[in-house]
Amino acid sequence: MKLRACGIKRAVRGRRALRAGVLVAGLLASVAVRGTAPARSAVSQGVAPAARSAETLQETDVAARETGATAFVGARVIPVSGPEIPVGTLVVQGGRILTVGPAESTLIPEGAARIDVAGKVIMPGLVCTHSHIGGVGGADSSAPMQPEIRIYDSINVRDSGFRRAVAGGLTTLNLMPGSGHLLSGQTVYVKLRGGDRIEDWFILDAERRPTGGIKMANGTNSMRDKPFPGTRGKSAAIVREMFVKAQEYRDRIAAAGDDLSKRPARDLGLEMLVEAMRGTKIVHHHTHRADDIITVLRLSKEFGFRVVLHHVSEAWKVADEIAAAGAPCSAILVDSPGGKLEARDLVFETGSVLEKAGVKLAFHTDDWITDSRLFLRMPALAMRAGLSREAALRSVTLSGAEMLDLGDRIGSLSPGKDADFVILSGDPFSVYTDVLETWVEGRKVFDRSDPKDRLHAVGGYGAGRDQAPYLCCVEEAGK
Amino acid sequence: MSNAGSKAAARGRRIVAWAGIVALAVGTAEAQVAVRGKVVHTMAGPPISDGVVVITGGKIAAVGSAADVRIPEGHRVLEAAVVTPGLIDAHATAGLTGILNIPHDQDQLERSEPMQPQLRALDAYNTFDELVAYVRSFGVTTLHTGHAPGELIPGQTMIVKTAGRTVEDAVVVPTACVAVCLSTAAQKEERGQSPGTRGKMMSMLRAELVRAQEYLARREKVSELGKRPTRDLKLEVLAEVLAGRLPLLVTAHRAQDIAGALRLAKEFKLRIILDGAAEAYILLDEIKAAGVPVIVHPLMQRAVGEAENLSFETPAKLRDAGIPFAFQSGYESYVPKTRVVLLEAAIAAGNGLSFDEALRGLTIDAARMLGVADRVGSLQPGKDGDLALFDADPFEYTSHCIGVIIEGEIVSDVKR
Repeated sequence: MKLRACGIKRAVRGRRALRAGVLVAGLLASVAVRGTAPARSAVSQGVAPAARSAETLQETDVAARETGATAFVGARVIPVSGPEIPVGTLVVQGGRILTVGPAESTLIPEGAARIDVAGKVIMPGLVCTHSHIGGVGGADSSAPMQPEIRIYDSINVRDSGFRRAVAGGLTTLNLMPGSGHLLSGQTVYVKLRGGDRIEDWFILDAERRPTGGIKMANGTNSMRDKPFPGTRGKSAAIVREMFVKAQEYRDRIAAAGDDLSKRPARDLGLEMLVEAMRGTKIVHHHTHRADDIITVLRLSKEFGFRVVLHHVSEAWKVADEIAAAGAPCSAILVDSPGGKLEARDLVFETGSVLEKAGVKLAFHTDDWITDSRLFLRMPALAMRAGLSREAALRSVTLSGAEMLDLGDRIGSLSPGKDADFVILSGDPFSVYTDVLETWVEGRKVFDRSDPKDRLHAVGGYGAGRDQAPYLCCVEEAGK
Repeated sequence: MSNAGSKAAARGRRIVAWAGIVALAVGTAEAQVAVRGKVVHTMAGPPISDGVVVITGGKIAAVGSAADVRIPEGHRVLEAAVVTPGLIDAHATAGLTGILNIPHDQDQLERSEPMQPQLRALDAYNTFDELVAYVRSFGVTTLHTGHAPGELIPGQTMIVKTAGRTVEDAVVVPTACVAVCLSTAAQKEERGQSPGTRGKMMSMLRAELVRAQEYLARREKVSELGKRPTRDLKLEVLAEVLAGRLPLLVTAHRAQDIAGALRLAKEFKLRIILDGAAEAYILLDEIKAAGVPVIVHPLMQRAVGEAENLSFETPAKLRDAGIPFAFQSGYESYVPKTRVVLLEAAIAAGNGLSFDEALRGLTIDAARMLGVADRVGSLQPGKDGDLALFDADPFEYTSHCIGVIIEGEIVSDVKR
């Protein structure tokens, strides 16, 4: 708890720094657009003193919320863990959810701050199971499998991509290295709390270690010149050899017992594969084509690692096999098939086919591939092709959380869970709906009515990136 | 389009000569269909509740309320909640950038020279590429497609219908624009080639236009055949541009590049259309004063590189400034291999444009900008029988396009 309080202080400081940074950008914008967009420049010019007082209020707010309770009253509440509540109340306290229920029957604790959100919609903060924001730099070109790489060593938490993510209602991300390797490193699960260091964003496990999984890939992205594989057969063979090595490493450690002299030298990479086989690290596996999906299931069974299948463009062809293996799918939809050979059979129906087969389904942004601000659009497109509303809601919240082993902490509006939620202007799956506010652990991290946040929500001068985009494997085809 | 129908359409069409001249189309006898819509957006007046559109011989014969318009004998009748004109994608590369994204099916950009205005889109368009049918299934019936940004003058664009077995069946305008790319994408400094800078790009364009001016003058004024300059297909195209018969489609995102495009247009008295224009909101007054329309970048284009400052609200700002605009699917080098212009415009509808304004940018305003409003863009008697049918608000994520008609032929009946 102590550490957490420190984190919040840091977060507030970070926010102030961020605000200052954005302010400069905002002022530049007001100069640049002078005389052409009077409404916007007026807002920007009025920002400096107003922002400072808002800042002070903000800090007081945070303090109050940490000790007291806040009730959000009158919104349509979508808990995801239960039926939608047409007019509901959500009470949060100490960064957690205290109660959720119909407005007429939900008790608001005495002294709680009340926020009127009548006519709006509240749903859990969105969970993206696959994101590349923050200038992620995982494994390099020296080897096809580098399990010792930790992606959190590379993240720039000031990347404006994170500002866009909260503008889209995202609160938890699985930040991943790319798919150009069979195994490109360890992923990290983060909360978008704000703060200056990636440590402030960690989601810690019971032993206070940062949580995350392992990123693997097959298919064409990881097939390259030596030492990378050139075929699918070789890809699987390299993976198999590495896992066999990890099995022996694990067994030799067990056999050595307390005899240190018999223990093999510590190998930080193999340790991760041992964790995968033990089930304490989930393998997040990039895979598109049906045969590649089946290969992942085969390797997963062979070595006993838990796997989430990612992208799964052709999952609709092998939905029954995926269901039988009990592997969850984190899918991506883009607006047309093709662009890469493995995605030529990508269809909007993937979601509904997997739902009918009984496969647990999430979606992910793969940000840069799709824009985090429009994350809700993806399950909506799946609904367009037959996915149920209930599955669509779960796919960007609870199911995603479960795929990160965080289903007991986030992903639904249930008492005791983290107070991560989004306030929307309307239905989550309408193009006319805006994300109005995003809250992480009881603290507001995005407010559309704040011009500095709005800049990132809609774009404009100064919204540009401070980080090179991560677009794995994009090559101009042909010429 | 059915085999018989498209052949008949091909028979009925005759491409007339040269750039900018609209191909004639004679309607086919079998294209007789009527559509009833709970709401019919004609784009030529207020929406009609419980409306009817009658298509005879491939052309719209009547539009009005069901109470006023009688559906003639022998017409197949379709129904939909919402009926709009067939949608227009005001700038695409579909048909040149195939679904597979391998060298075999990518014909949008020739890298051998920086300036190749003689490259015709007509010679590179694959009517059978699946993405053409794919965008059509979302209601897109007209494409302004052609060479993609990436060289200083990548080539020509054309206007086609998304039906037909050959490009000659599909074509509406064989040469619509000459594309120009004022973008770092066209710079080749790394390869030790020109242009390597913004200054050099503008300088090369000026030099080429001046050459075209002199070519034109000599061709016209020198009567003796032996002394005339030999024909130069590149300069002939630029001469058409100088004569105002062909517009330049100038891709520019950064404010300084947009300003460069306006400067060039003024210097040489060119008709230009701005393409992309991510930072157009900085130069609204200047764009307005120049009378230049904008085909705004796909709203969901990645905010990367020169387009990093793009805004979901640019269409609304162009509207406020009184600048004509239309929507596009643009060019994608990766996934999604094509965007769907309907889905791009939807984001603008969700960010400050009214429903009607967003639909205009997909229909009549796009048609006017591209000079084809005599044939497409609105539901009026005499225009082509191109319609899109929807089961609800076309812009909503969860709505479907349920039918597409081109010149009276039902070309798509999947629920998309």
